[in-house]
Parts: sequence; structure tokens; C-alpha cells
Amino acid sequence: MALAIFNILVFPGFLFLSVYALALEYVDRKMYARLQNRKGPPWFQPLADFIKLLGKETIIPADVDKPVFKLLPVFTLAAVTSAFLYVPIWGTNSLFPFEGDLIVVLYLLTIPTLTFFLAGWLSNSLYGAIGSVRTVTQLFSYEVPLFMALLSPAILADTWKISGMAEFYQAHPLYILLNLPAFIVAIIAIQGKLERVPFDSPEAETEIVAGSFVEYSGRLFAIFRMAIAAELVVVASLAGAIFFPVFAANPWLGFLIYLLKTLIIVAILAVFKSIMARIRIDQMVMFCWRYLAPLAILQIIINLLLKGVLPI
Amino acid sequence: MSKRVVIPIGPQHPALKEPGSFIITLEGEKVVGAQVEVGYNHRGIEKACESRTYIQNLYIIERVCGICSHAHSTAYLQAIEELAGVAIPRRAAYIRSIMGELERLHSHLLWLGVAGHEIGFDTLFMYAWRDRELVLDVLAMLGGNRVNYGINTPGGVRRDIDPEHIQKIRDMVDIVEERNKYYINLALGETTLHARLGGVGRLSHEEVIKFGAVGPVARAAGVAFDVRQAEPYAAYDEAQVKVITDDHADVFGRTVVRVLEIMESIRLLRFLLDNLPEGEIITKMPRRIPAGETVSRYEAPRGEDVHYVCANGTDILERIRVRAPTEANWHGMSHMLENDYLADVSIIIAAIDPCYSCTDRSIVIDNRDSGQQTIFDWKQLRQYSIDWYRNRGVDPAKLANRLPRL
Repeated sequence: MALAIFNILVFPGFLFLSVYALALEYVDRKMYARLQNRKGPPWFQPLADFIKLLGKETIIPADVDKPVFKLLPVFTLAAVTSAFLYVPIWGTNSLFPFEGDLIVVLYLLTIPTLTFFLAGWLSNSLYGAIGSVRTVTQLFSYEVPLFMALLSPAILADTWKISGMAEFYQAHPLYILLNLPAFIVAIIAIQGKLERVPFDSPEAETEIVAGSFVEYSGRLFAIFRMAIAAELVVVASLAGAIFFPVFAANPWLGFLIYLLKTLIIVAILAVFKSIMARIRIDQMVMFCWRYLAPLAILQIIINLLLKGVLPI
Repeated sequence: MSKRVVIPIGPQHPALKEPGSFIITLEGEKVVGAQVEVGYNHRGIEKACESRTYIQNLYIIERVCGICSHAHSTAYLQAIEELAGVAIPRRAAYIRSIMGELERLHSHLLWLGVAGHEIGFDTLFMYAWRDRELVLDVLAMLGGNRVNYGINTPGGVRRDIDPEHIQKIRDMVDIVEERNKYYINLALGETTLHARLGGVGRLSHEEVIKFGAVGPVARAAGVAFDVRQAEPYAAYDEAQVKVITDDHADVFGRTVVRVLEIMESIRLLRFLLDNLPEGEIITKMPRRIPAGETVSRYEAPRGEDVHYVCANGTDILERIRVRAPTEANWHGMSHMLENDYLADVSIIIAAIDPCYSCTDRSIVIDNRDSGQQTIFDWKQLRQYSIDWYRNRGVDPAKLANRLPRL
């Protein structure tokens, strides 16, 4: 019992997630800055930003539903933290593995998107409303390819369990190359999920100010920011566990490998962020349904066919 | 999707670098109506000039715009030099042209960065502004300041260009040329850039002429007009300008025109430095300017800059009218915004390289007497002005180009 509480609150739960989220945010920002020929922030900048936001005045618009408005950031962070408990960190096993945890993680990762929508919609702001409509429009375009891309390796491994998939691909490392199209789809769709350039139109600063978060300030916004940073960690860990099947029996070594995998994914995302312009929401929808979804379906077909052929 | 939403962009908005209001009517994400309301930055520049001497005015006029300060001060000085009948030395004319081209370099690089930022391409923003810094360093070296160089003075220029300055300009130009080749490739080849800029904010050839748009906006629609070539001033009679045009007639075309104009400016700079004549940089200029009026034109980085100066024989001018290039481009703005997406609004506004405070003048609509509004068409307005003068005993037909007694 005590161990479970420690696991949930400290490692690999809430505390570790928060610290690693800040660390990855730093890596992301520093890499982005270096790619842009800038110096970039010092290592403590994400933490400093977080503390500063905590100390700022929290302004709540007069005509919003106050309890919901205050609850949404916390709810987002809670959903992201829960999702993190089911992702393998130090080896092939996660904290509480069970058959179907992949679906649960994906479901929990959808909650932030919905809370972003609610945050914008409930804040009674035009920019917020437009931002939230864009958030949902974007959700409908990347969600299907993302799910298909993450589920098709599961089809080949014949399990809905993340640790089961990890074990399968550890036993057959070359099979992961077959999932290359799914990896490409996943990396692109992840950027839609995390609302990063080129898919950041839901919070496009120069168009709709900050989209869903336009009315959020102070402590509530700090929690939202933390939740977004944590979401990056969870998504990177999930993609690392599924697409980079390198694990070690030794938990310390396994943990180092985990750090390396997430760093690689964050680096890929930072490069994408710095080489592209923000594309319009209609272009985003068209791109996702015209290219990503068919590629993901192709992957599922390939995996279904291979399952009958390959020795497993 | 038939429900219409009215969304304000401005007066305060992250996409706008200065206050200005754009009332956008949306149907879904599509803009169906746009109303442009500028005038938040009225500074009374023209009025301020009417109570100061010509020399003092130079400092006010230079501060009309932070980016094209040299454009405004040169246009103003050309006007008063013409009225005084003073011809500036050739070397001064060359130095003015060199400053003008350097200013164009930094202005276009600045625009490129802003455009990148507006479409969420911050890397382009950082790169372009890094390279702009090189140009600003050279400008600071030549004039003493990064933006208000203060190199112009009535009758010539205040500072000479030394051989070592020339070498430094050449070094800078080489680097900027190299970097700009990269931007040209980027502008012509990068997919997301083209997806965001192509077909956005269209203003066709006919519409450019109808709305009187100037500068890169006009040249991007194939209107080959450049004051440097049409009515050469300073050293442009010798440094022949090749007018850059494009036929995309959209924001993409404006980007292409600007990056290619950087190349043209670099070529002109090399020519000007190679052929810089020896001699004086300043001639004597009278304090009192003889009565008269004139219009002076200058090709600022944003388009044609027009200054009208009316002198009355004293050392204080009677009237000055500054028509900044942005003012000509505002007229087509709501047309450009309509039928595009909300996401494109900021880049369309940015694509004319707007300069709000340079443009804003006070407008008084006085209908106290009638209590109702009347709309004049062009013919009526012209007739009204003729009648207005006739009633005061002035026959415009007989005036020709003479100055009316004020």
C-alpha cells in the first residue's frame, strides 16, 4: 500500500513526471533555440516560469462557471498523470500493467484535448471559442490516424497490453521495422495531439491570441502549462515504448534507455517545430485524412497480412 | 455554418505591432466582411511641422517612421531643395542612395521575419532578424544610429563615407547576399510556407490600379512601377534600377518580390560603392525657402512615399503633407481580407508591411449643420472644390501651377 502511494505520488508518478516534464520542456526549448541560432534559456527557465506563473494574480472572468473553470486544469493534469502510470519506464513492465492498458492510455490522453475544448468554450471569449472549435476539429483529424498507428503494432504483437507489446518486439526486434509507416504517422499525429507547430492553430498566437487559454492566468494557467509539458512526456514515453523496443533487464540501465528514447522523440519534435510554418486548420484536416489516415490503414492491412505469414 | 461571428482583431492584438482595429465578420473560419479602422496613433506630425523651422522639421520628419526614416527625411529634403533651387553634390546624392538601399535591405529583412512570425514560422523570424542586425550595424557605423541615422541635412549629407566604411559595407553585403540566396530558396521551395502564403490576400493587377496600391503590393501584381526608375532621384539616374515584378498577386508574390528586391539592392549598393564620386558632401542652403509648393516622391521600402511641401518665403513652412506608402495600401485591405480564412488575416495585414503611426492623420467628419450624411462621388467632390475656391474669388482654371495667395 505504502509502496503504491509512493509509486503514484513520487516515482514514477506525479513528482517524477513533473520534474521530467520541466526537464523535457527545457530540452525542447533549448534545442528549438539552438536550431534557430539563438542562445536559448538556462536550465531552470521552465521551473522559473512555472513559479512565476504560480505567483501571478489569477483572474477569473465574471460570467464563467467558476468551479468548472478552476477544475479543468487540475483535471487535465490528473488525466495525464494517470496515463503515465501505465507506460513502461524502467523496463518492459509498467507500474500496473493489464490487458487493454494501451486503450486506457489513449483514452486518458484524449481527456486533455477535451478539457482544452471546454476551457475555451466556457471562458466566454470569442478567441477562446474559436480556439476550442479548432481544438476539436483538429482532434477529429489526428485522433483516428494516431489510434490506428499505435494499435497496428499491437495487432502484430497480438496483445492490447503495452508491456506485452514491448516484450513481443524485444523478442523480435526486426519486426519493428515493419511498423515504420505507423511510426511516421504517429510522430506527425503526436504533433497534432500536443498542438505543436505545424499543427498549433488551436492556440495560434498571431491569430486568436492564445485560443482556449486566453482567459486563463496565474495559478490555473500554470497548471495547464504543466499538464501540457507532462503530456509531452507521456506521449514521448508511449511512442518510445512502442516504437523503440530496446529494454534492459537491469532497471537502472532500463531507466537510462528510457531517458534516451524520450529525448530522441523530443528532438525529432523540436526539429519539426523549427523547420515548419503553422498550417491552417483546413489544410491540417485535409492533410490528415488524405495522407495520414490512408497510411495508417495501409499499416493495419500490412500487419494483418503479416500476422498470418510471419512465424510468431 | 451560416451563423456569423464578429471578431475584433485589435486595437490590441499580438499580431499587430501597433494599434489598429480590424473588425472581422466570420462565417465559420471564413472572412466574409472586414472593416479597417486605423487612426489610433495620430501624432499631429504635420501640424507640429507648421510651427518649426525647416531644420527642426528635419528631425520631426525623420521620426515619422522608425523603419523608413531615411525615406521620409530624403523626400522632405528633396522638396525643400527643389524649392530653394539647390542642387546637392553628386557625392551626397550617392551617399543618400547608399543609405536608402541599406535601409531597404534592413526593412525587407525585417518584413521577412515578421511574415514568418505571423504564420508561426519563428525560425525564419529569428534568422531574418539575425541578418538584419548586420545591416543595422553598418547603418549605425555610417550614421551613428541604428534607426534614425540622421545622415541627411539640407543641401547634402552630414557624414562622409570613408574607404574603410566602404570595405565594411562590402563585407556585410557579401554575407547578406549569401544568406538571402538561402531565403530565396526557402521562399520558393518550402512547402508549408507556400501552402500558407499562396493564393492568400489576392489583389489583382486591375484592383491594384483601382485601389492605388504601391510598392511590393503593386509589383507583386505585375505593376512595374518604382519611383527610382520612373522618376529617378538622388543617384538613381546613374544607378539604373531593375524593377522586380511578379504575377502571383498574393502574399506569396509579395514575399518573392521582397526577397528578390534584396538582391537588387545588393547589386545597386555594389554599383554605388564602385562609382562613388569624389567631392564635397554638402552645399550651402538658405535658411529661408522661397515661396512655392512642390511634391517630392521617394521609393521607400514599402512603396512610394509622397511629400507635399508648401513654403511661404519665411524659415517656417506653410504646410506639409506626408503620404506614407502604407496609406495607399490601406484602401485595398478590406478587399484583400475578404474571402480568406481567419488564420490568414494577420499575414495579409502584415503583407503590406503596415506602418500605422506613419499613416494616421486626424479625420474630422462634421455634419452638425445638415444632421445627415451625404456621399460625394468623385465628380461632385471636384465640383465642390472648384466652387469653394470660386466663392472666395479664386478661379482654379486660371491658377495653373501658381501658388494661391495664402
